[in-house]
Order: sequence, then C-alpha cells, then structure tokens
Amino acid sequence: MAAWFDKRTLYHFDWPLLAGVLALTALGIMTLLSAAYAGRQGWVEPVVVRQLLWAALGTVLLLGAALSDYRKLAAAAYPFYGLALALLAAVAVGGREMGGSRRWLSLGVFRLEPSELMKLALVVVLARYFSREPPAGGWRGRHLLVPALLIAPAAALVMKQPDLGTALVLLMAGATVIFGGGLRLRTGLGIVLSVALSMPLAWHELKPYQRARLESFVNPQADPLRSGYHLIQSEIAIGAGGALGKGFLKGTQARLNFLPERRTDFIFSVFAEEFGFFGATLLLAVYAAMVWRGLAVARRARERFGALLALGFTSIILWQVVINVGMASGLLPVVGIPLPFVSYGGTSLVAMMFGVGLIISVNIRRYLF
Amino acid sequence: MLGVVAGALFAALFVRLYDLQLVRHREFSLLAERNRIRIVRTPAARGLILDRRGRPLVETVPSFEAVVVPEDASDLKATAGRLEKLLGTDTVLQKIAEAQKQGRAPFNPVVVARQLSWKQVVALETHQLDLPGVSLSVAPGRHYLYGPLGAHLLGYVGQVTRGELAQLARYRSGDQIGRFGLEQSFESQLRGRAGGREIEVDAVGRRLRLLREVPSQPGLSLVLTIDLDLEQVADGALGERAGALVAIDPNNGDLLAFVSHPSFDPNVFRAGVSAATWRQLSADPGHPLEDRAIQGTYPPGSTFKLVMAIAGLEEHAITPHTPFVCTGGLWYGNREYRCWRKQGHGRITLHRALVESCDVFFYEVGQRLGIDRIAHWAHALGLGRKSGIALAPESSGIIPSRRWKMRRFNERWYPAETLSVAIGQGYVSVTPLQMAELAAEIANGGVRYRPRFVKAVEQVGGQPVRRFEPVVEAQVGASAATLEELRAAMCDVVNGPGGTGHSAQISGVTVCGKTGTAQVVKEKQGERVAENAQPLKHRDHAWFVAFAPREHPTVAVAVVVEHGGHGGSAAGPVVKAFLEKFFALYPPPGKPAPVRTAQSAAPAQDN
Repeated sequence: MAAWFDKRTLYHFDWPLLAGVLALTALGIMTLLSAAYAGRQGWVEPVVVRQLLWAALGTVLLLGAALSDYRKLAAAAYPFYGLALALLAAVAVGGREMGGSRRWLSLGVFRLEPSELMKLALVVVLARYFSREPPAGGWRGRHLLVPALLIAPAAALVMKQPDLGTALVLLMAGATVIFGGGLRLRTGLGIVLSVALSMPLAWHELKPYQRARLESFVNPQADPLRSGYHLIQSEIAIGAGGALGKGFLKGTQARLNFLPERRTDFIFSVFAEEFGFFGATLLLAVYAAMVWRGLAVARRARERFGALLALGFTSIILWQVVINVGMASGLLPVVGIPLPFVSYGGTSLVAMMFGVGLIISVNIRRYLF
Repeated sequence: MLGVVAGALFAALFVRLYDLQLVRHREFSLLAERNRIRIVRTPAARGLILDRRGRPLVETVPSFEAVVVPEDASDLKATAGRLEKLLGTDTVLQKIAEAQKQGRAPFNPVVVARQLSWKQVVALETHQLDLPGVSLSVAPGRHYLYGPLGAHLLGYVGQVTRGELAQLARYRSGDQIGRFGLEQSFESQLRGRAGGREIEVDAVGRRLRLLREVPSQPGLSLVLTIDLDLEQVADGALGERAGALVAIDPNNGDLLAFVSHPSFDPNVFRAGVSAATWRQLSADPGHPLEDRAIQGTYPPGSTFKLVMAIAGLEEHAITPHTPFVCTGGLWYGNREYRCWRKQGHGRITLHRALVESCDVFFYEVGQRLGIDRIAHWAHALGLGRKSGIALAPESSGIIPSRRWKMRRFNERWYPAETLSVAIGQGYVSVTPLQMAELAAEIANGGVRYRPRFVKAVEQVGGQPVRRFEPVVEAQVGASAATLEELRAAMCDVVNGPGGTGHSAQISGVTVCGKTGTAQVVKEKQGERVAENAQPLKHRDHAWFVAFAPREHPTVAVAVVVEHGGHGGSAAGPVVKAFLEKFFALYPPPGKPAPVRTAQSAAPAQDN
C-alpha cells in the first residue's frame, strides 16, 4: 500500500495510455448515441446510459489495477482462469441466447459475457506459465502441452456459443504470449506449419452461416441480400463518409437501419460514415499509439511475467482492432468481434480497461522494484 | 517483432480506408443515396378539351384505384381473395406477382384495380377492416363528358404498353397515352409533366419523410373550333343511321361539327380496355371505331357534278349556255348509259342540269373533258388528297386518271369509264370532310383552307399558349364567274322549281346545296333500280353538300348517310336540322340575334 503514496507512481503513470482509453471510450459512447439514434430528438437510448455506467466502473478498475502491484495476480492466475472457464461452461449449459448464439449469463440487472473475461484470464495464466526462465534454446514442443490444454477448452467453448471472432482472438492472443515467451525456432515453425495444414479441417467445423460469410467475403455480390448484405452495407457506409464524413448523427446508413449490428460489430462503419477518412484515420492512430506504447512497456519490463502480461493485453487490442476494422472495410471475412473500448458491451469494455490498467501497472513497477 | 507486424497491419487498414473513403467515395455515396431515397412519381393531370365557347368536352377527374402493400397484409392470399370478390375481378394476385417480377421495392404499393366505380369504392371502404394492406388511392382519370359524342374527333387514352415504354423515355408503367383522335395528335400538349417526390425510407422500406417534391405540371388545354350544341344537333339528326356530318366555316376552315356514326364511348378505354370489349368493338359490323368523316370513302354520286361543272366551265368545254339533249339515256359503245329520269330532261343547259341533276348532260361534259382534265380539277378542289387535318389516319380517297389507272391496274383508261366518273361513280371515292371543303370553296370564292379544329392551346387557368391561325392550303383557281354560276345553281337545287334538295330549306336563310345518291352495288351499268326495293346493305348512300346563306356564306356542310337511299330525302333533313340550329346560334348578318334562353346552356335539352 506504500506504493500508493510513492510520488514515482504518479510520475511514471502512463498518462498517454490512459488518455487513449478514455478518448476511445468517449468516442464509442458518442458513436453509440448515433447508432441508437432513430431520428427522435431528445431521446437517449438506455444502451447509452448503460455503457456510460460500465465505462465508469471500467475506469475505477483501470485505476485500481494500475496503482496496485500486478505481481499479486500471478498467484491468482490459475483460480482466475478456472473461474472464467467455469463461467463459460455455465454459459454453455444455462446461458442466455440472443441472435442465434448463447454468449451471456443473466445476472439480474446486467448480463455477463464470460468469453470477454476469458481473454483476460488466458493472457494472465499463460503469462504466469511462461514467466519462468526458458531452457537454453527456448521452449520446446513438450513445454507447450499445458498451454495447449489451457487454450483448447476455452477456445472450444467460445467456438461452441458460437463466437468465431472471440475464439480467434483467444487463439491469437494465446499464440502471441507463447511466441513472446521464447520458443525454439523449430518448434515455432512447426506451429505455423501445423496451423496452415489444419485450415481445411477447420472449414468442416464451421457452421453453415459462417461458411456462407466466408464465401460471401470472396464474392459479396453473389448473395447481396443475405450473407453478403452486411459486408456491402458496411462498405457503402464507410465509403459514403468520404474525406470529412457526413457529420455527427447524420449517417443515413446507420440511422435508417441499413447497417446491421451497428452498435457492436459494425460500430466502426457508423463512425467512419459520420466522421470520414479524417476521423477514421485519427481513430486508428489512437489505437496504433496505444499498441506502440503497450509493446514498449512489454519490452522495457523488468521481469518476464509483467512483460508477457503487457504483450498479451496489447496483442488483444491489436488483433481485435485489425479483425474488426478489416471486417468492416471488407478486407477480412465477417466474424463478430467488438472494437475495443468503442463497441457496445459492458463486459468487454470493463475487461479491456482492466487489462490496460495492468499494462500501466507493469510500467510503473519497473521503477519501483 | 510484433511491432513490425502491427505497423504493417495498420498500414493495410489505412490504405483500405483511403481507397474506400477518398478514391471510391462518389460511388459509395451514390449507393447510400439509392439505399435511402425512393422516388415516387406524381402523374400530371391531362389537359382539358373545350369547345369553341369554352365548355369542357373532356375533363380530368380524380379516379379511385385499389392499391395493395403486400408487406402490410397479414395473409396476402386471403386478403386478395376477399378483395377480388368485392371488386369482381380475378387478377389481384396476378398483378402483385407481376409487380414482384418487375422488381418492386419493399413497401411499394401495387395498383391492382383502376377506375373503381362508386359501388366498388364504398365496398372497399366498408370492408376495410377485413382487408389489411389494401387502400384506396386517387389518380387523375380521363372523363369524356358526352360519351360517344364526337368520340372520333376527341379520341381516347389508354395505358402505355411495354413496347412503348422501351421507346418513350418520359413514360412510366401505368401512364396514360393518347391512342386516337385529338388525344393522340396533341399528346405532347395534353400530357403535362409528371412531378415526383423523394421519400426517405429505412432498410425495410418504411417511408419516413418527404425530402423533396417537384410538383407535377398539368397538361395544356385545347380549345376547339367545334361547337358543342352543333355537335349534339348533328349527332341527333343522324340518329341511329351510319354516316357522317362535317361542317366548316368557309371563311377560315374552322370545323364546326364533326360527327361519325355509329360511335363508341371512349370512357371504356380509360382503365385499359378488356380483350372482350375490344373484340366486340372491332368486330362490330357497324365499325364504330372507324372515323367515317375522314376515313370513310364513298362514291360521291351526283355531288361530283359540282366538280364536273367547274372543270367544264374552266376548261371551256362548255359555257353556261351550251345545250345538250337528254332523252333519258346515252348510247356509248354498244350500250346505253341512262339518266335517273327515264323520260329524260329534253334540251337542257348547265343550270337546270345541276338543279335537276341530269346524268346525260354530265356524260356529255365528261366526254368533252376527258378523264385527265376532270382529275386535274378534282385535285385542285381538294379531292383525292389528304386535307392536312391534324388527325390520323386520314384517307385521301381516289380521283382516277389515266396515270392512276396505269399505276394501279397496269391498264389503259377506257373512255366509257369517264362516263361513270362524270356522275361520281366508278373509281371515284371521297371523304365527307373533302366534300364539306368542296362546298366551302364554292361558297368562299375558291379558297382552300386547311381544316382546323384546334383554335388555341391554353394553360389550365386560360392563359393562351399558342393560337392557330387559319392556313390557306391553296387557291382553287376557278374564276369568280364560274363559282357564281354554281352558287346560283345550288341555290335553285334547294329553292328552285324541280330542285332535288328542297328538303334542306329553312325559313329566313337561303340554303344552297347539291344532292347525291351513290350506288353501292355495281349494278348493271346504266341501270337504275327503284329506291327501297333493295335490302339495306345494297341501298344507295345518300349525300347532301350545302352552304348558307346564299350571300356571304358562314357555314358549309357535307352529310353522308350510309344506305340512306336518295340524297334529297335521306341526307337533306339532316342538313336542314343542322342549319336551323346553326342559324339560331349564329344568326346570318343583317338579322337580329335571337334572344338567348337558358336552354342553350343546357345542352341536353337541345334535341
């Protein structure tokens, strides 16, 4: 607790990272206002209020995490992971179904999305596993059995919901921590090769609608009213935004319902339609700056657990931004994934903010040991 | 390492946004606008058609149509079934399917029935609760106030066909287009310009608000030269008989009345005529769709003697005093060409030959002239050619000549055929309009006007857009003395002793005229069979051409009554009835105008 009053805490606090998170969250709430706005003046949709409350909670957790010692988390890593996995299992059994997938647990006044917690838990538990010094030459294949056993059930449960996007992020963030932990060259190449070879197998595991999405990504005009619709309408929204955008609350694609999932997966398109190339580039620049700072924190961390934590959380931000924006702009197939800090979704927002808090904590601690 | 990957990925996103938002911005903007904006046409009200005194003959009135929004019908099949029962049709589902095939946007209504009757409107209103998704909408509809009266002149409108849509850029499915008569000839003036409304819709097609509206521009109105009262009296005078009446103002070529019998009711074409109605109209043995005034070609019979007289005098083949002897027939070749009067007319000159319509006299004139000189003068008087009237399709009729016969039959002209032509038989055929023009030319001293029936084109409020001035087509080229000789003879046809046209006499005005009785069946040449002794379809066509008054004529008229028999007895009374009404409305110069009663404003009571 002494650290609370250490002047260096404030001195080494990563203000830009905090500013980035708060700016993105504010932009997200503004865009949510626009996405929820249906032409009715003076009407604030309840989702906006809810998101504001989540943002407040997230900010408190962020500060709490930043100011406490992240190393305490190492001890709690496995129980945390176990809790997240149990919640995921609970979702599979008694979760609440919405829009064809089972992702939420109803907890009275709010709904919890355990897959978002799992992102955090997986990074923490993997960072804990790889925090030991690696053997000479790097980790070998046999060392990867435990991590594989940690990743597999989590990804499988999320995949079953089905939530292809989040499952993908779990795999990629997990892989990032594993690679970051220091692999032997042969082992690394082996993983890359086996992933490439298992792609056709994965195709068979996909649900028909997921396959249709992939197919329509290759040729969106083949079925413009059904599976290709999301993609086409999203591209139209982004393209129609032009250089400076149509202006706040003036995006017709979103307001008139042409954009599907515009509060969550396609919120970037809403933003890009109203604020144009200028706004969209600025948004990406904020993310890029955060990723850059996050990676710098990882590089400069004094010990492995902190470095891997920072790397893992930063990679979650990176992968989600790339997948989300790539999907909205038609570079990648449509997989549902929230845009960090911006998309509607309480669990996601709070978890991401907590994650950033840990990154900041890692940065502060390197001066305190 | 991850930093490099991250940099590359952000760069890729940046490039993609640059492409979508800057390079291809226009394309996507257009797509977004197309997404949200529906353009709904508001059809223009068609212009009115008014008579010469500004009374409407054709109006555009609101007409009800039944429209269905399939998205709003909970059970489309059941709703369509109930609707079909109420409307008495069986095409509702079919029309919806058709619209669907043509790419109907969601929530766009489909018109399933037009021109609803009052009864149908009431039925739909009272059963509204049983008909979710069905509503009434109002569209401009064409109403012909007097039904069949003047239908051939006014014409009718119909819906554009798919073939026409491919060619006419400004028309859309469901638009009306002039199909016949003035409606067709003046389509571009009457039509007006459709307006449009830009409506913002959401993704499911719900209409949210009006973005922009371009009001429709109503079509221009036509002011005719036709007089409604005269049209009605002419129509009544022809009665049930087939035939035509054309009346012209000889001083400017204005058409005053234009009637073709039997007629049809153009109102039935509004909603798109059914196949059965069409078959019935076009298969009718009376040919109601034919405009007899300009498409009906009849042998002119004795009315052609007017042409013969002008040609004879102008070519100096005869003088007013050249005598011939009529013994009741003329031997030519090896057979006799007979006069209608068996006992003959004895020694006879031009005046009496016209008054009593002696055939033998004109056989002689024809022989002296030869066919080509007859043809020359017939052409000069406007026969055998189109008048230039703005109605389609006009027949030119036939004026035979040696060249014509060579072309048509590749055969030389036989002099005996000239004898038939001389009394308006044989190959000669004319339209009632041409004969009215002939009377007008004699009356006005030889000016051939282009027949005109549209006086002016006006805006809805009455501001003139364009006036049509009289057009002189040609000077006939006959001398004043010749024409005066004819006028004198035509005067005695109606008023003099032995005249064949006494039936057209009216009190107070001196009428001049000429009768004609045109053979329908080629009887054995030269023979004449007693009237009324034949079945109707073999009976002669009755002609009467006239003008009045004798001095300073103000009206010229031609009447043909198909199978009416003798011109004097069948067509004369029609002319008489018409002229009486004409001079009641337009008193001859020098006479005090009659007191107008309220009756002239109430046309229905005029007969």
